[in-house]
Amino acid sequence: MLSIKNLKANIEDKEILKGLNLEINPGEVHAIMGPNGSGKSTLASVLAGRDEYDVTGGEVVFKGEDILELSPEDRARKGIFLAFQYPIEIPGVSNANFMKTAVNEVRKSKGLAPLDSKEFLKLMREKMQLVQVDKTMTQRSVNEGFSGGEKKRNEIFQMAMLEPELGILDETDSGLDIDALRIVSDGVNALRDGKRSFIVITHYQRLLDYIVPDFVHVLYKGRIVKSGTKELALELEEKGYDWIKEEVEI
Amino acid sequence: MSEDLKIIDEVTGSDYKWGFVSNIEADTAPKGLNEDTIRFISAKKNEPQWMLDYRLKAFNQWKKMEEPSWAHVNYPKIDFQDIIYYSAPKPKKTLNSLDELDPEVKATFDKLGISLEEQKRLSGVAVDAVIDSVSVKTTFRDELAKLGIIFCSFSEAVREHPELVKKYMGSVVPYTDNFYAALNSAVFSDGSFCYIPKGVRCPMELSTYFRINSAGTGQFERTLIIADEGAYTSYLEGCTAPQRDENQLHAAVVEIYAHKDAQVKYSTVQNWYPGDKNGKGGVYNFVTKRGLCAGERAKISWTQVETGSAITWKYPSVILKGDHSIGEFYSVAVTNNMQQADTGTKMIHIGKNTSSTIISKGISGGKSNNSYRGLVRIGKNALNARNFSQCDSLLLGDRCGAHTFPYIECSNPTAKVEHEATTSKVGEDQIFYCNQRGISTEDAVGLIVNGYCKEVFNQLPMEFAVEAQKLLAVSLEGSVG
Repeated sequence: MLSIKNLKANIEDKEILKGLNLEINPGEVHAIMGPNGSGKSTLASVLAGRDEYDVTGGEVVFKGEDILELSPEDRARKGIFLAFQYPIEIPGVSNANFMKTAVNEVRKSKGLAPLDSKEFLKLMREKMQLVQVDKTMTQRSVNEGFSGGEKKRNEIFQMAMLEPELGILDETDSGLDIDALRIVSDGVNALRDGKRSFIVITHYQRLLDYIVPDFVHVLYKGRIVKSGTKELALELEEKGYDWIKEEVEI
Repeated sequence: MSEDLKIIDEVTGSDYKWGFVSNIEADTAPKGLNEDTIRFISAKKNEPQWMLDYRLKAFNQWKKMEEPSWAHVNYPKIDFQDIIYYSAPKPKKTLNSLDELDPEVKATFDKLGISLEEQKRLSGVAVDAVIDSVSVKTTFRDELAKLGIIFCSFSEAVREHPELVKKYMGSVVPYTDNFYAALNSAVFSDGSFCYIPKGVRCPMELSTYFRINSAGTGQFERTLIIADEGAYTSYLEGCTAPQRDENQLHAAVVEIYAHKDAQVKYSTVQNWYPGDKNGKGGVYNFVTKRGLCAGERAKISWTQVETGSAITWKYPSVILKGDHSIGEFYSVAVTNNMQQADTGTKMIHIGKNTSSTIISKGISGGKSNNSYRGLVRIGKNALNARNFSQCDSLLLGDRCGAHTFPYIECSNPTAKVEHEATTSKVGEDQIFYCNQRGISTEDAVGLIVNGYCKEVFNQLPMEFAVEAQKLLAVSLEGSVG
């Protein structure tokens, strides 16, 4: 469903992604690990279509279509969801109102009628349970005054509401305590239905105990330099990245 | 310029959606201003001598005054002799029902989405619709009359309730007050009059829609609201105007007189033609609005959503004379393209234990300039006066300006005056976050800006709040609304 070929991207003329390749089939979970500055978050931003990044080469084909020319909102409507590492606050806009706007935009792009208030509330109640979001959280302004854990839960809640085909989790585990990590992971696992795919970007093997990946990739200096199964994550946890760096340098 | 900024620019640089001209046969005065013009207006309206005398006194005062220039706005000098001071749709006869309304007039309202029938039916709002200068239609009059409430056009009040008009007109805004108030007092065309008797709570929102229509017509509205002891009313004023190339001058006066224990809530949504992208055309809106809390525990609240006009010069104020009286000002002012707004409020504390609240939200886009100008004055006898002011500015794009001019004059050491101010930009991060959830940049800007204005919108009556949100969306998002 997602095919990335030789992707190159710059930020402010500095090349971050230097020819990245990745193939993801429906239902698969791919973990992306790697040392700081290797380009993990850049990959997430480029896939989502963030403006600051210039794609200088390669292609990204999602469901048979090259998406690099599409606006961020069109990519979102086609089913790409990014759970932000640092979710953004929007004062004065309630979470529920924000989600209603988003859900109906996505529906509109698919030629579906907008949900009315009753239908929307029903959908929201159902999805709230997934990540233990309570009613007050939906009535508060988007992410405003949320704790770190609440923000991350809110990202997964939004993902559940929008039902994307590809979920990208950008260091969703950062800043979470064990309990919050479990809640968030349970939410993600509940969304694994054999068709929906995930890219899980993380620094820590710990998250992958909860969200068990089909594949683990190591990103280093803008390329995927090693791929394996979940055992690779354990090996990295044990040995660090130096041995991989050495392999690459040779 | 980044992509987002470009989009913001496109979005905020859109043209006025409601520019159209309706063809109603007008009955107009010749251009220019002299005693004859004033006599013409007064005669047209069948006014008694005392009203004409008042106008002439105001005119003589006006001739001695100078046009103020202290506001943070720029415009070519106005030629006051090049303005038509009176224009009325030809009165056919007195209307008994909406069916008798001129079909053209009705169509105009329909284009604006103001269906009188619907408003009557759905919201129970009594609408006193003003097209150009004469009150065309008044609804719910009988129902209000049963409670002793008088709600009619200003000219009618002059004829039917001269004692009230004589007593209160000019008691809050005297014709000597300022240049435009004097001009208005001399040439005012029509407006609304409202009187709520002692202890009566007005059961519905009173509402007036203003609309400037004939080309080159100055419109000089005059509104007077009197709430007697313990009375309550909520008054709505909403405006849109069709597209014109010439600048149109609008200099209204609104006076509110609140007796002991009375409460008046005055809400405005103003959407006059702001001119095109290059600043050509548009309405000059130079308005004097003031309320007097004359008695103890009186309360006056101004809520305004200002999105239109080429130039806005407007400071709805409250004089807190009665002890324990309360003044409130909630404002959203949006400027776009080449618009200029210099708006704010004055809270004059005279009585003891008086308090005032000011919440002002300025939003600037395009190459516009948006200034908040506010005065909080605590008189020497105003023991324990209290004021809280919050002035926030939001910038869309990088070519607009936001300015704040707060004046505080405090002559009593027991007073507490607080002022908070913030300036922020709609962040690219916020827009991207919305985009990533499938929301277009236009809608994202609307969403973020509406969120920003929430505190003020919460003060508006429900149906008005919805309209204000729509208007904001239209002002900022072009044809998307």
